[in-house]
Amino acid sequence: MSPIAQTETLSAGQAAGQAAGQAARKRRLALLARAERARLETAWAELPQRPGYRMLKPAETGLVMLRGRAGGVGQRFNLGEMTVSRCVVVLDDEGASMGVGYVQGRDRRKAELVALFDALAQQDHHAAQIERDLLAPLEQHLNRQRAVRAAKVAATKVDFFTMVRGED
Amino acid sequence: MYVAVKGGEAAIENAHKLLAEDRRGDMALPEIDVAQIREQMSLAVDRVMTEGSIYDRDLAALALKQARGDQVEAIFLLRAYRTTLPRLGMAEPLDTQGMQVSRRISATFKDLPGGQLLGPTFDYTHRLLDFALQAERQPSEAKQGGTLPQAMPQVVDLLNAEGLIEQECPDDDDEVVGDLTREPLMFPASRAVRLQSLARADEGYLLALGYSTQRGYAKSHPFVGEIRSGMVRVELDIPELGFAVDIGEIGVTECQMINQFRGSKSEPPKFTRGYGLSFGYAERKAMAMALVDRALRAEELGEDITAPAQDQEFVLYHGDNVEASGFVQHLKLPHHVDFQAELALVRKMRAEIAAGDTAPAFEEAAQ
Repeated sequence: MSPIAQTETLSAGQAAGQAAGQAARKRRLALLARAERARLETAWAELPQRPGYRMLKPAETGLVMLRGRAGGVGQRFNLGEMTVSRCVVVLDDEGASMGVGYVQGRDRRKAELVALFDALAQQDHHAAQIERDLLAPLEQHLNRQRAVRAAKVAATKVDFFTMVRGED
Repeated sequence: MYVAVKGGEAAIENAHKLLAEDRRGDMALPEIDVAQIREQMSLAVDRVMTEGSIYDRDLAALALKQARGDQVEAIFLLRAYRTTLPRLGMAEPLDTQGMQVSRRISATFKDLPGGQLLGPTFDYTHRLLDFALQAERQPSEAKQGGTLPQAMPQVVDLLNAEGLIEQECPDDDDEVVGDLTREPLMFPASRAVRLQSLARADEGYLLALGYSTQRGYAKSHPFVGEIRSGMVRVELDIPELGFAVDIGEIGVTECQMINQFRGSKSEPPKFTRGYGLSFGYAERKAMAMALVDRALRAEELGEDITAPAQDQEFVLYHGDNVEASGFVQHLKLPHHVDFQAELALVRKMRAEIAAGDTAPAFEEAAQ
């Protein structure tokens, strides 16, 4: 069931709604992938009721080949691999939401937790709470970290002066 | 010829115990933690990841600990570990223009947009040993000042209004990208395969080859168009979703080398390019790789092949330190039978010379 295949038969309004949904999911998965596992574990433990779920793809660790481009923009080449863990879950309740977790590294439990929150966030009664308690604080934290790093790098900006030589 | 031998199990086991003890060093000192290696020996970790060809800081730090700091041994350990894992997919090409830079300099363009950002460089340090590091001490926090733009276009393309520098063009998405981990090296190797091979190649070897091009073995007159180092996003197509998702960040260093080119029968004079890319903060590696990448483009650009760095087979067959180390070090394994045969032959030849009859043995030796 590919969302891209579906798009072809959707009206413009539905397609826009789906694009927004896709953007929200991309943001969610990018943020969850950057969370510490302990943070996700705590958030899971603090849920008022934890849903039952089954594994569509049990958590596993493998490698993803990373690619560069010659000159940064040209033809592609294989640079080397990266460890990635992934997991796909389906919740037991009537919505039966499917959640995916793809994370850098070898932490399979983290991939499982990301998949669970991805599934939960698709349900209206969980979405707002996950946004407020997990995603928004994560985003703030990452933005702050990036800004501090950028400011430290910016402080190393230098102007090279070319000394005037000769007559002029 | 290596002939399998039996025996020595007890000796081997004891040797490994002795190795473990020597690895630990003075027991009165605290044991070094893998996380400490990851954080405080980060450039050693970067090299092991680049040449081990797996981005995983904890694995590389563990390999360094196990290998007692021997980089080539640690690289070997990562390569061996790699064979135990399945491949889950191919990431989208890294967008180095979207890098959150830690460093970005150009030696050719003084006034580059965004400025020259030195970052955490060893350059301009005096290379005097800092004995203060012997004491436990927290560094003072780095100063903050200003902001950086969200994206930084490649300087070389940005400042190429006259078109005097050759442009790199993307390949077709449907084209197969050669992969050395799946198929053996064949000649002539495509640029994609050459770049993959150079990315995995031994840093010291590439440094020496790159240096040789500067000293006149394949004159290439290089200039650093740009070096940048920092974090880039990894985007992976998720089959369950049907679109690509950002699954994390890795550190990389990129070098854009610009080289003088006199022109050939088919090409007018212009500047050509060499490219280097490595995991982590590995500027020397990226620069050396860019020099050798450019030298290996000799045939494509119609240049005479006169130097080792331009010779694909020479460069690519000898750059992998796991293979090179394996072949050199296999000489340590018992070659007793081989050597006995050689001994017998030399004795026979000498006996024949002494008897005044040289021809037969030399003929035999030449076979």
